[in-house]
Amino acid sequence: MLCQCLVNVMPMLCQCDLMNVPWDGFGLTPAFAPVFLYKRAFLKCPLSKRGRRCFVPEERDCIFIFSSVFASACCSQSSLEYEMEVVLIACGSFNPITNMHLRMFELARDHLEDTEKYRVVRGIISPVGDGYRKKGLIEARHRVEMARLATKTSDWIEVDTWESLQPDWVETAKVVRHHFEELKAAQRDEDEDDTVSYGKKRRMEEEYPSINEAKHPKLFLLCGADVLESFGIPNLWKPEDVEELVGHGVVCITRGGSDPEKFVHQSDVLWRHRRGIHLVREWVTNEISATHVRRSLRRGRSVRYLLPDAVVTYVKEERLYSAQSEQKNADVVLAPLARYTDAGPS
Amino acid sequence: MAAGRIPLVLLACGSFNPITNQHMRLFELARDHMHSTGNYQVVKGIVSPVSDGYGKQGLVSAEHRNAMAKLALQTSDWITIDEWESDQPDWTETVVTMRCGTIRSNNCVTHLNERRSGPSPQLKLLCGADFLEGFRVPGMWRPEDLEELAGAYGLVCVSRGGLQPERAAHESDALWRHRRNVFLVREWVHNEASATEVRRALRRGLSAKYLLPDDVIDYIGRHALYTDASESKNQGTPLRPLAKQYQPGGTGGSLA
Repeated sequence: MLCQCLVNVMPMLCQCDLMNVPWDGFGLTPAFAPVFLYKRAFLKCPLSKRGRRCFVPEERDCIFIFSSVFASACCSQSSLEYEMEVVLIACGSFNPITNMHLRMFELARDHLEDTEKYRVVRGIISPVGDGYRKKGLIEARHRVEMARLATKTSDWIEVDTWESLQPDWVETAKVVRHHFEELKAAQRDEDEDDTVSYGKKRRMEEEYPSINEAKHPKLFLLCGADVLESFGIPNLWKPEDVEELVGHGVVCITRGGSDPEKFVHQSDVLWRHRRGIHLVREWVTNEISATHVRRSLRRGRSVRYLLPDAVVTYVKEERLYSAQSEQKNADVVLAPLARYTDAGPS
Repeated sequence: MAAGRIPLVLLACGSFNPITNQHMRLFELARDHMHSTGNYQVVKGIVSPVSDGYGKQGLVSAEHRNAMAKLALQTSDWITIDEWESDQPDWTETVVTMRCGTIRSNNCVTHLNERRSGPSPQLKLLCGADFLEGFRVPGMWRPEDLEELAGAYGLVCVSRGGLQPERAAHESDALWRHRRNVFLVREWVHNEASATEVRRALRRGLSAKYLLPDDVIDYIGRHALYTDASESKNQGTPLRPLAKQYQPGGTGGSLA
């Protein structure tokens, strides 16, 4: 239906220079090219199963086409949908980062984009600060450097040092809040640079609220099933923090054997936000835990192909993991537990 | 080379369709294990992709499989590819590949060390957990081949836990006789990035990054290697080992 609709309005669109956009480069014929409604939202392309393939990198260069005739023609079709841009953030020790951490990002992106509702534009790795005081946690500067080396070959995953630079441990909800504010600020800057006239944009946003919604940046927390399960452990999370995190959205990678649907069912908070919890089943068991990697390293065993080569080299050069480093924080209470119980300073 | 240790060459046969990080992990695990016995010094690892004549479903041409293995192994200073087996027009019994491998690895090690006084290197077959299972299927292996493989060469088998490999080694009389030549390596981290899963992800347009080296992913993309069409190759064709040996049973002798 949508295809037919596009063909019908094609003569009109041609006058808008749409034909000059190199659609062929995106594997599309002009007749079926997606039409940009707004810089953050675009029509679901009838020929592409995944938004990523018909996405034009330089949105600004696209001609802003929106005529009321075309809008009413299209909006009467139920197939008019927007893809929302999503940023994924993973918090953790990354002590050290392994191929499995990186796989989680790839799996999450594939899953979200497969829904045709989201387009994942960025992945953020946020290593925890030294104040977390976990046993065997080596210095943040090393963990950050290893994550940097590991993400060098990725064109969408990057490392952020804000959390790792905080002297004290920062709650995950606060980390997510910080990055959400940054995203919103970046969005505002971009909007100000935009060449499209404000009046036109505002009119559109009023007329089509879903366009407005698609514009808001989304930040999803990427985690393993263990984190989702830990939401239920007393004193580990503040209830309002859990509420805030699942409110943003959570992507949870689950391994065979674990039953995350059960946690969601058993927790009222998670159940309330079940639509914001995306469960991704990992069919290929891939249990490269950082704990195992550290164990192998201090026993002098090979960890090649479990971590990117550049990380293996860095670990060797800096002599990072030893029996001694594993004893770090051995008798110290984990920061979150110390903060929320009587075991430590308030 | 540590004094008194026997130099050892590990050879892995299989489809390598495509080669994955897991294949290379097998080599790393086996080398660590053999070193920890105190008796061996692993001097070389050899990847020997099977010939196109193997007739396995979805098997892309040896030319591509070899090229991918070369790309994947360019960062390793001890694992290399040997194209002898894949150059054969027909499928070759694993034992025959081992015989040829011995001659070439002898040359290689002698050449490397520039001395002939030390002990000559041994060659052992490196295999995954499913490999030993094949021995249990009656008629799958020629008894004399198994005897030669276990007796004259030896096996290093990386298992993923469970008692199946131990049981298979216990149940086969040939393997029991040569039990000192059969090394079972326990892999504590389950990492099932099998080539089958990789092909599945690729033909569905999903990401396979971090399961195999980036260079191999690029190569696959450039040559559009794994598709629905490539997966249906050899569909319905009996595996060459079964046809050649006129015996019923499953697959046999490969790392998949």
